[in-house]
Amino acid sequence: MSDETDVGVPGAASVTGAGEGPGGVAAGVAPAVRVRNLVVGFGPKDGADPVLNGVSFEVAPGECLAIVGESGSGKSVTARSLLGLAGDNAWVRADELSLAGSDVQNLSEAQWRRRRGRDVGLVVQDALVSLDPLRPVGREIADSLRLHTRLDAAARHTRVLEALERVGLPDAGNAMRKRSGELSGGQRQRALIAAAIALDPPLLIADEPTTALDVTVQAQILDLLATLKRAGTGILLISHDLAVVGRIADRIAVLCDGRIVEQGPADEVLTRPRHPVTRTMIAAIPVDKPRGLRLNPRAAEPVLPSLSYQSGVAPGSSPDDCDRDTSPTTVLEAIGLVKRFTRPDGSEQLAVDSVSFRLERGTTLGIVGESGSGKTTSARLALALTRPDAGEVRVLGQAFSAVPEKERRALRPHLGAVYQDALSSFDPRLSVEQVLRDAVAGGARRTGRVGASAGAADRLRVLGLLEAVGLPQGLLGRRPLSLSGGQRQRVSIARALASGPQILICDEPVSSLDVTVQAQVLDLLDELQRNLGLSLLFISHDLGVIQHVSDQVAVMLDGRIVETGATARVFAAPEHPYTQALLGAVPRIGF
Amino acid sequence: MAEVARVAPVARAARVVLARLGGAAFVLWMVATLTFFAVRLIPGDPAEAILGGPGSQTSPEALAAVRAEYGLDQPVLVQYLAQLGRLITGDLGRSYALNQDVAPLLIGQLGGTLLLAVLALGVAWLLALGLATWSSRGGRVAWTVGSGLEIVAAALPHFWLATALIVLFSVWLGWLPPISTPGAAGLVLPVLTLAVPLAGFLGQIMRESLLTALESPFVLSARARGESELGVRWVHAIRHASLPAISLSGWAFGSLISGAVVVETIFARPGLGRTLLNAVTVRDVPVVVGAVLIVAVGYILMTLLTDLAQRIADPRLRAR
Repeated sequence: MSDETDVGVPGAASVTGAGEGPGGVAAGVAPAVRVRNLVVGFGPKDGADPVLNGVSFEVAPGECLAIVGESGSGKSVTARSLLGLAGDNAWVRADELSLAGSDVQNLSEAQWRRRRGRDVGLVVQDALVSLDPLRPVGREIADSLRLHTRLDAAARHTRVLEALERVGLPDAGNAMRKRSGELSGGQRQRALIAAAIALDPPLLIADEPTTALDVTVQAQILDLLATLKRAGTGILLISHDLAVVGRIADRIAVLCDGRIVEQGPADEVLTRPRHPVTRTMIAAIPVDKPRGLRLNPRAAEPVLPSLSYQSGVAPGSSPDDCDRDTSPTTVLEAIGLVKRFTRPDGSEQLAVDSVSFRLERGTTLGIVGESGSGKTTSARLALALTRPDAGEVRVLGQAFSAVPEKERRALRPHLGAVYQDALSSFDPRLSVEQVLRDAVAGGARRTGRVGASAGAADRLRVLGLLEAVGLPQGLLGRRPLSLSGGQRQRVSIARALASGPQILICDEPVSSLDVTVQAQVLDLLDELQRNLGLSLLFISHDLGVIQHVSDQVAVMLDGRIVETGATARVFAAPEHPYTQALLGAVPRIGF
Repeated sequence: MAEVARVAPVARAARVVLARLGGAAFVLWMVATLTFFAVRLIPGDPAEAILGGPGSQTSPEALAAVRAEYGLDQPVLVQYLAQLGRLITGDLGRSYALNQDVAPLLIGQLGGTLLLAVLALGVAWLLALGLATWSSRGGRVAWTVGSGLEIVAAALPHFWLATALIVLFSVWLGWLPPISTPGAAGLVLPVLTLAVPLAGFLGQIMRESLLTALESPFVLSARARGESELGVRWVHAIRHASLPAISLSGWAFGSLISGAVVVETIFARPGLGRTLLNAVTVRDVPVVVGAVLIVAVGYILMTLLTDLAQRIADPRLRAR
């Protein structure tokens, strides 16, 4: 591949002309993108199964088409193929593949470069890493102009300011000098969108543009995309979440295993889904689903009642088995917790500010809040992994945070923890069996059971754990890296259950999962809770998930609990303005 | 409005500088102490060394006179404190063997060694960047070749490489002088000898981080904007790839100075390294201590420069 042309591209004049006004696009004449029978594969041509197999769609100017599918369905490959960036070892075939009305099949690399950014813009997930962290965002935005126009530096500066103002970034002059790490999540996503629309491309591809964002920021970004759409940009929105795309998509295409299984107007697909895959995805959305209702109707087998892994440890399965005469009904209590952190510049930040809550036996307390609200710090305080500056945590009616770790250790088996990033919570060199055996053996050491007979008993309990979380025994020899996201989270739930806990603390346990996988994991947690009498402290930024799983809910803002109460009451009649704002931003399908 | 906001950063910067200076003074004191006692641990009588070494016939009177002159008849602690006092006033003492003041002697040698080290560092960076960039573009074969070259280069000992370069360029081709003559031609082989192993080392680090940068989402964004392969590397990836190599350059400079001992000796090039080697051989304590102190100062300065370069290359560090 040669690099003979970088700047001063021919045809740049027409681009600047088109940039004068968004309405000036040749609307109605040519679709922003048209794809017929797109086939994409990796490796030797016609060798392996193609990743995309006969995908067809088009996006008109001013229209939004959403492509929805689970991870691995081929969504991102579709996006990249439209930019000629499918990959070095990928092959792309289509009956038609055209951008802004002109054919882009068999373009050379240099020809592709002239198209990218001009005929099509790309916005990807998490702008923290999608904008160069070492460069000011203004420079990143100006790059499109530098590559495709002959504008001088001053004119580029003006255009960058315009682009930033179009995406609604306040104080654009200041913002353009900042780097992605100095901007908030929503601001950087806006900056990334500004970089993609700097040249007013007729097509904007947004690949999971809101997945890493808080719910209120997500709503703002979706509104921004809707504004761009009204101004004439064609938008190809790619997501795993039907509820999210429902907010702005005109049409929806459901992608499964490299094929579009259903395509049609958005309300039709959302309210009268024809294909089973679509139905599963809609059923998986937790918003407004009452507690206990299964989110995943396809796999409705109950967890086996014979929870053999419980043998040998004090089971947490029924309340009466506690080694106390009167088992308290409050299993976990936080009283006036305060935690301060020192910022790098020496100032202090109140991460958690007089937080109190009670978790009652057999129920779920949901803590909801946006990033930085103090949810995770609260979880760490509850687990006594962080020492509170004030206040205390009590477990099963006994002092927990206030006593030395040596005394806490006796209570630790009653607490299990499940984290967001299951992968990094495993030692990558250990197999699933080793992970679970370690967890089981930890429990055995505490109960003083050692010796040769323990090995066979441990093995039995490992198998019991696997069964309880619905994983086949064949996975025992696998390492965490070779598991899917849902399988990993199941293993980490099994690990948390190994000591036979009564309390499970789940910190964003499903937020890195696709909606359908999320549904399966939520169903599993619900079953485990009912069968084992578990009490759950469930932390999430996702109100839909919290609404579905919680009996009680606490809303956190800037380290404080601003509203708390029974889930049904809080969601039906929110009192605090912040709760009202959060609920207003939740994407839901209007039935 | 910026005036108000800058006061705090300036105060913070002053604190950082003071802490750094304190740290540097501590390091220099430790270096002076360790060298003082390390040289005392070498068996033999320093007074004999002053009078021409153990082989020379010296009268007990002469030895006693020398001991009194250099304070060698004092207890070790007194000698140590006396030397520290002299060092603080900038007096590095008199060489036993050369009968010259140490400070001017070493400063005269410093320029040549510094030139050698700085040039070698520069050449190593260029070689490493070139190799890393090339091998990340050319597919699997270039990758393997680049990686192999780097490993071999990093493993080459200076004395072997120097000999091989002399045989190739001086004996067979006759292009360059085998000993370091004044002028540019005399510098080429010594600089290459020092630069090639370092380039292999830096290149390995750069190529790893270059690969990471090239696979990162911001590079995908740049490509989606129409950036060329060259542009992606030049505008984005090289900077990310350089960060770990920059932070290692302070250390690399230290290794260059120790490499200079070997290289200056082989190429018969005057410099700090060769002076140090000679001084150790004849137990010339003041020269050894002085040379080691000067190297330590250079090392500290280089670490400061590295930090500064890192802050320029990585704006995220400036916020702290």
